[in-house]
Amino acid sequence: MAEVAVSPQRNAISRLWNDKESRSVIIQIITISLVFAFLAYIIHNAVVNLQAIGKGFSYNFLWQPSSYDINQHLIEYNSRSTHFRAMLVGILNTILVAICGIVLASIVGFVLGVLRLSKNWIVNRLAYCYIEYVRNVPVLLHILLVHGLIVHAFPVPRQAISIGDLTFMTNRGIFSPKPLYEPLFLVVVVLFLLGLAFMWWFRRYAQKVQDETGQHYPVFWIGLGAIVGVPLVSFFLLGSPITWDVPELKGFNFTGGMVVRPEFIALLLALSLYTAAFIGEIVRAGILGVYYGQTEASYALGINRGRSLSLVVIPQALRIIVPPLTSQYLNLMKNSSLAVAIGYMDIVATIGGISLNQTGREMECMIIVLALYLVMSLIISMIMNWYNKRIKLVER
Amino acid sequence: MNESANKSNGNPEREIVIVIRKMHKWYGQFHVLKDINLNVERGEKIVICGPSGSGKSTLIRCINRLEEHQDGEIIVDGTELTNDLKNVELVRREVGMVFQHFNLFPHLTVLDNCTLAPIWVRKEPREEAEATAMEYLERVKIPDQANKFPGQLSGGQQQRVAIARSLCMKPRVMLFDEPTSALDPEMIKEVLDVMIELAKGGMTMLCVTHEMGFAKTVADRVIFMDEGEIIEQNKPHEFFDNPQHDRTKLFLSQILNH
Repeated sequence: MAEVAVSPQRNAISRLWNDKESRSVIIQIITISLVFAFLAYIIHNAVVNLQAIGKGFSYNFLWQPSSYDINQHLIEYNSRSTHFRAMLVGILNTILVAICGIVLASIVGFVLGVLRLSKNWIVNRLAYCYIEYVRNVPVLLHILLVHGLIVHAFPVPRQAISIGDLTFMTNRGIFSPKPLYEPLFLVVVVLFLLGLAFMWWFRRYAQKVQDETGQHYPVFWIGLGAIVGVPLVSFFLLGSPITWDVPELKGFNFTGGMVVRPEFIALLLALSLYTAAFIGEIVRAGILGVYYGQTEASYALGINRGRSLSLVVIPQALRIIVPPLTSQYLNLMKNSSLAVAIGYMDIVATIGGISLNQTGREMECMIIVLALYLVMSLIISMIMNWYNKRIKLVER
Repeated sequence: MNESANKSNGNPEREIVIVIRKMHKWYGQFHVLKDINLNVERGEKIVICGPSGSGKSTLIRCINRLEEHQDGEIIVDGTELTNDLKNVELVRREVGMVFQHFNLFPHLTVLDNCTLAPIWVRKEPREEAEATAMEYLERVKIPDQANKFPGQLSGGQQQRVAIARSLCMKPRVMLFDEPTSALDPEMIKEVLDVMIELAKGGMTMLCVTHEMGFAKTVADRVIFMDEGEIIEQNKPHEFFDNPQHDRTKLFLSQILNH
């Protein structure tokens, strides 16, 4: 008999399991079954336990009066408003601190990153020390520290630090005059909008002129004149059509004017200065990640340092910077939930805090909080991914 | 050294574009360039060779101040290179450079690579800059690649784009820093052909290269450097047939008989 090697015969199950494709299908089926089994189990568990303590699952409480106060509300709110409205106030407060924080953290972070690369020894070391101190201390401590500083180091309203008797810095916040607009002020607003429109057109025009004749207009200065200068001049020509509601000390506190509360200042400063340290390192890595030959090549063409950075290095560095930058933005937004420690009324403090305690609807409230953070995170991710794709396309 | 430089060109009427006098450079403690004296005439083609680490790249990088010298003077087209940033920019406009690793800008198309500096530095209208760019891309024989990105081109094509990019600034001097060292053998020729064309057009060129064939056909003068010094310089046929210095002989025997 000829000695031909034949693969050994096996049973059907063994054959299915050892086939590359069928094995992958089997594993996927098992995985999905396990996931759904787990989900079914926890939902069932929740339903059974809620029934056991005699609670239903309902969002009707959202339409009942909340009966608590919120000191910082961007929309009309009082203790007779509903829990739903309290939630909206909380969302707006979270969004406010997140957006201000992201903007401030980005600006400070970029500056830190560039300073960290400076050849000036002092500047470089200062940035280094700042980053190492800030990023090695938990953000909660930063929040408590800044809040503590404002509350303890700033004077009580009666001894407020006054800036020209208009703005008052106190441990209850910064009080400043609130503008009350007269009808004529509309003219200034219109001029400002016209200035913006003009600028939008002028930038394109300047680009066209540069393309055709090579002449560079001082776009920045002309823009400044159109957007700031013209409205400002017209404002004074119209006899300053704004009256100011200046804050006044009445009893133990100021009334009137606008107030920025210490909780907001503390949270904003702590979150953004903390995140800025990380962004600084990301920016530094991004710039260093661009091969130095790129800078040399642009220098060799006679391009100066600033333009080399903006025309050649930064566009390439952004590709390295943007993905980790997205994570930092998400971190900042989620870290804002630590607001609860100093009594800033964000989502967690309102619907996930006081509303939850008063109604006992922990399941419902936690689901709302979870979903809200998820939605906000996904929106930030979406915007950043879109931006990342846009700058990435440029390569090929 | 100065005298021998003048003697070897032997044409006193021609204008001198680059003057390097008693120039020294250190990297920390390390003395990279020692007492360099060199005059370059308008239209002259100089090939600089020598073993690796001899300071030849550093020397030409000093001419557009990608490296700073610490002693002596370098005058390019009447402008002395000092810490004065405006003067440095002025010199860099007039001096083109081609690098070993091309250093094209990967985020810009070939055409935009070529027009970036003319638009931002020379303040040329885009149309004019693009017309000039296309002209030079044609001279380096890749006008059809104008709208591609550098990553889509072969090494030889990228280096030719790099040459065109430098030429778009209409420089009076071109520096080549081992322009063919990072290329596959079959691509070396296409780059050298472009350089030979450029030489025929009368460009002042300083090339650091190991291409001795190029040196023989194109160079007016060959400079041999070792350990930071100019050891020997001569007309190519004198230099290759009758090297004076022992170190030159050793180097030539190594590079020609491998």
